[in-house]
Amino acid sequence: MPTLVSHPDEVKIVTSRFGLGAAEIDRYIELGGYQSARQAIERGPEWIIAEMKASNLRGRGGAGFPTGMKWSFVPKQSEKPKYILVNGDESEPGTCKDHLIFLHDPHAVIEGTIIAGLAVGAKTGFIYLRGEYRYLLTIMEKAIADAYAKGYLGKGIFGSNFDFEIVSQTGAGAYEVGEESALMESLEGKRGIPRIRPPFPAVVGLYGGPTVINNAETIATVPHILRMGAEAYAKVGSERNGGTRLFCVSGHAERPGVYELPMGYNLKKMIYEVAGGIRGGRKLKAVVPGGSSTPVLLPEEIDIGMDFDQVGKAGSMLGSGGVVVLDETVCIVEFALRTIKFYQHESCGWCIPCREGTDWLKKTLTRFHAGAGEARDIDNIRYLAENMLGRTFCPLGDAAAMPTIAFVKKFRQEFEDHLDGKPCPYAKARVEELVVA
Amino acid sequence: MSLTNIAVNPKVGETIFSPELAARFDKLVTLYPVRRSALIPMLLYAQDEIGYLSDAAIAEIAQRLEITVLDVRNVLTYYSMLRTRPVGKYNVQVCTNISCMLRGGQELFEHCEKKLGIGHKQTTPDGLFSLEEVECIGACSWAPAAQVNYDFHENLTPETMDAILEQYRKAGQ
Repeated sequence: MPTLVSHPDEVKIVTSRFGLGAAEIDRYIELGGYQSARQAIERGPEWIIAEMKASNLRGRGGAGFPTGMKWSFVPKQSEKPKYILVNGDESEPGTCKDHLIFLHDPHAVIEGTIIAGLAVGAKTGFIYLRGEYRYLLTIMEKAIADAYAKGYLGKGIFGSNFDFEIVSQTGAGAYEVGEESALMESLEGKRGIPRIRPPFPAVVGLYGGPTVINNAETIATVPHILRMGAEAYAKVGSERNGGTRLFCVSGHAERPGVYELPMGYNLKKMIYEVAGGIRGGRKLKAVVPGGSSTPVLLPEEIDIGMDFDQVGKAGSMLGSGGVVVLDETVCIVEFALRTIKFYQHESCGWCIPCREGTDWLKKTLTRFHAGAGEARDIDNIRYLAENMLGRTFCPLGDAAAMPTIAFVKKFRQEFEDHLDGKPCPYAKARVEELVVA
Repeated sequence: MSLTNIAVNPKVGETIFSPELAARFDKLVTLYPVRRSALIPMLLYAQDEIGYLSDAAIAEIAQRLEITVLDVRNVLTYYSMLRTRPVGKYNVQVCTNISCMLRGGQELFEHCEKKLGIGHKQTTPDGLFSLEEVECIGACSWAPAAQVNYDFHENLTPETMDAILEQYRKAGQ
């Protein structure tokens, strides 16, 4: 089972019930669970949406779109049924927070889904987990069954005249399905290929009905906001970035783990104090701040607050909260190659710039890292990546291009050091091993 | 994919699945506004029971959802966890994506190759193990990680991996 970590700087809101047995419904109720849903029924949709807006909660999937605003886009009147779709298809490399939410606090996801349903007038919610999370689906399905048994789901929930159904399922292995329109396709039993927008899902979504799609962490945060009050929640974070965030620290940190820290928390402090610094006292080489698709930051660039605006200003993105720490032993060319291999594997093939771009980047980087690169390859890599930007239906093309551009721009010397057929001068240990063999 | 055996036409009401799974399928198709939405869960559960998606399984699922066999194949080839060929009893999936790579995921995969004597997407002659190099499995903060079938194993070293494989070997004999 994944280990839980703790640090005094953490503000435990979403993680407050982790490790306390809250997957059991009675324990969840004992810990204050389902009070927010009752309150939401009493006070109605307008109050819920006003609270969400005031909380400054922004989408935790990566785009950081204000949740309250997203909910307010759903038309009040609709001929077709409206839906809530919870995106638990967590697949961005470096990200493992929803994993813990489903494991430790599945009822928070259910309660958040109910509240979202009340807010926009949807009667059905779907919770979609990635295929690899089968054991978490089992936990989720039990939680849903328990909520039905208590009358919290089904007809007349909590004794009101409001009906709400939840269905949960998994995918079957596809990063692309984490993109909202591909997610809807997958839920409709199709290949996970993105849809063109507009129309946006809030107007024409799942089965053609208005649909709210939120990340699992976003949804799990909702009951806490209503419980503690939007203002108090907003105050925890930074300007326009309410509350906390689950940061998944991985890679060469001394104490990797998922830490819940206020939005705007200093990245340098997160790495050196919260996560215990760099493994073995080594030197830091780079940080990928928000999952594999976000542009890499140099050690001198990490003295920044971790919220959507400040990381954006630093030229990268807060993304999905996956903070990947790279120490001095990493070969950036090899790391860039591994990153692009992933996107090449996951490109759905629908848009040519992404399908061809990721493939050529992979080919070029593979040859380059093997020592058969030419000087012009370096600019070619960047040129290829730059020409993918903004030219695809969904952001997968950008997700592959952005980090690649940053690797070339910020570590050009490392690329040049790979020229003239020299063996990779960075991944020393592995190269020595090859020479001996 | 075998193209010769596609025209399997199961009779309505007949099933190749266990009575429990057939009942589960009967319920699944009613949960969604359209029957077809049950497709991906059905493919996963069928694969769990049979070990892979046989022509007969595909044909029956198509019939249950009132779509064509081609519709089903079109979808199943998209998803990396779905397969049309059998694998070993224990499918060892080692993550080598960035967070795992930084903590020895690639070396762990190569260790498994040596240990099991098979490569990516191959199966041991006794049919006990298959090996797969997989993309991020969502265990980044507990890297390197692997999945054996659906079970997660985290913070692995070659030594702990050996012990885990040994446990499965014993359980599988």
